[in-house]
Amino acid sequence: MSIQTQFSKILHYFQRPQKTAKVAKERLQIIIAHERVTRDKPDYLSAMQKDLIEVIAKYVDINREDVKIELERQDGCSILELNVTLPNFLDKKENSKVEAATEF
Amino acid sequence: MAQIIVVTSGKGGVGKTTTSASIAVGLAERGFKTVVIDFDIGLRNLDLIMGCERRVVYDFVNVIRGEASLNQALIRDKHVSELYILPASQTRDKDALTTEGVAVVLEELRKTFDYIVCDSPAGIERGAQLAMYFADHAIVVTNPEVSSVRDSDRMLGLLSSKTKRAEESREPITEHLLLTRYSPKRVTKGDMLSISDVNEILAIPLLGVIPESQAVLRASNAGDPVILDRESDAGQAYADAVSRFLGQDLPYRFIEEKTHWLKRLFSFKEKEAV
Repeated sequence: MSIQTQFSKILHYFQRPQKTAKVAKERLQIIIAHERVTRDKPDYLSAMQKDLIEVIAKYVDINREDVKIELERQDGCSILELNVTLPNFLDKKENSKVEAATEF
Repeated sequence: MAQIIVVTSGKGGVGKTTTSASIAVGLAERGFKTVVIDFDIGLRNLDLIMGCERRVVYDFVNVIRGEASLNQALIRDKHVSELYILPASQTRDKDALTTEGVAVVLEELRKTFDYIVCDSPAGIERGAQLAMYFADHAIVVTNPEVSSVRDSDRMLGLLSSKTKRAEESREPITEHLLLTRYSPKRVTKGDMLSISDVNEILAIPLLGVIPESQAVLRASNAGDPVILDRESDAGQAYADAVSRFLGQDLPYRFIEEKTHWLKRLFSFKEKEAV
């Protein structure tokens, strides 16, 4: 065993391990905050996403994995952001962005 | 007008049935005519916890289907007068519960009872949704543990959107947090989420804290709801929770580590107020 590993073992022994309850709380705060945002999203979003992809796929040959759809909410206004990576006309990837804003 | 209370949690095994049984007994002991309904169709267990498993003849689904009258299906509790149990069916038919059927039964019960306690199954399937759908109060049973807290938060989301009160935009369901299996010792050691940690995350009023207790298993073994074990910490904590539900303001007990008298004697630190 090298001196280094022995040293780190000794060091580890004296380090107070982080309290697991604190870790649990931090993890929960993050995941729950995230889930609360998605929980308020309308149910039709995933169905609409599917339809939109169908429509785009009808005209352009796209990789379905390369489609991102996001709903952002700002005061009184929801922004639907659709990101499609269009496969290149000249072997170059081109990013096209369609944005639609709806007022609620 | 009768009040409907749903005991829910999302996660299984956190103490919904134990809680339903003890809260129902507690309410009946204070003189309120109470009925406790098992919504866990296919996995009935409230009857065992209440100690009436051998007296089940008809069940909730029989009543919904018109195969038995409500009076035939209701079992009179052997511990407290004024308390009745409506057992779940052991059918495997997932669609046995219908919104209309449950509505009719609850409407009928509302005429004669003060409190209707609905013991929800785990999960977010039909049984759980129907148990909460007509509720006026929700007791969210949570263990100080990550998966339970997360599931409770999910249930709070459903309570505020998938219930009759929410759909009719009436005053929302009154939410109560019941922290169960709490171990003050582990909290002190930093290995368990504390009351304030859970409270901070879920942010609903705290109805009670039930300590991890040997009495709970003893009670279920015997078929006597733990609230009847008046010497026990868990029993007393449930009694406190019932009092708080009825509007009393009580301090929380059993939330601090028990220290040995010798240790206390030699401790120089002033005891901090909670």
